[in-house]
Amino acid sequence: MHLPPFFEIGSFEFAKHTVLIFLSVVLIAGFFMWAIRKQALVPAKGQFLGEMGYGFVRNSLGRDIIGEKEFRPWIPLLFSFFFFILVNNLFGSIPVLQLPTLSHPGSAYVLAGIAYISWVFIGIKRHGFGHFMAKMTMPPDVPKALYVFLIPIEFISNLIIRPVTHALRVFATMFAGHMAIMVAASLLGFLLSDVGGLGGILGGAGALLLGIFIYFLEVLIQVLQAYIFTLLFAVYVDGALQEGH
Amino acid sequence: MDITGSLSVIGFGLAAIGGGIGVGLIFAAYMQAVSRQPETQRIIQPMLFMGFAVVEALAILGFVLALIF
Repeated sequence: MHLPPFFEIGSFEFAKHTVLIFLSVVLIAGFFMWAIRKQALVPAKGQFLGEMGYGFVRNSLGRDIIGEKEFRPWIPLLFSFFFFILVNNLFGSIPVLQLPTLSHPGSAYVLAGIAYISWVFIGIKRHGFGHFMAKMTMPPDVPKALYVFLIPIEFISNLIIRPVTHALRVFATMFAGHMAIMVAASLLGFLLSDVGGLGGILGGAGALLLGIFIYFLEVLIQVLQAYIFTLLFAVYVDGALQEGH
Repeated sequence: MDITGSLSVIGFGLAAIGGGIGVGLIFAAYMQAVSRQPETQRIIQPMLFMGFAVVEALAILGFVLALIF
């Protein structure tokens, strides 16, 4: 359901996806505050669900990737990234809302920008500017002569392409999935109304099945993309923190 | 029957072949490595996603170019 912007402040449009972002924040904060309201030693269903979500991000994304010693300060950021992207993506599969917020590239750029700034900042803070740059652009155990080619290539791929693709990966999959569902839906409409007859009905049934298939594929991809975004962020942080080279 | 549309979409389809094969190879190698030595999983997993991100970058850039042109 495409709506025009509700109102505008200067060039800033307050539209459906803006509302969805606020809604996602309210939903996430509300759910986790509700889940831990009692803090029982033996958790009830709600608390168990909240703790399971938190434990998943903490253990499989934080501790396993960033490592036992360093992961603690990163849990809040990882946790917010994962659940913010997860809920915003799943908006694409909820009838009536039907809009993954990150299919507007602006929000994806901001998220990847926050991730980029934080891992570059912690890398420079840990190693110093020169050493961090050397770590990012000069892979170890390579003949010295090859550095002429390697430094520009590594610089572009690690410090320029990396944040861009980090943002575009989640944007592109959300946008394309949104489009694919729309194509299946308009194919159904076209076959039923414009073609008509027995062929139209049979083809329409096929298009309906296609739409349902794409819908469930999309749910899978939406969850997976939230996981991959957070995981890549953890991998980048781990790379920036690591000692050596 | 005349077909209209952008040729760059076909170009993206061709570009996605490379990324698809690359990602498939990476995950196949990862599964093989972990099934041979499960205890190395913790070391290999960051490398897996690093390589996956680099390979998939090409397909994503292709997608963007298909949208732009």
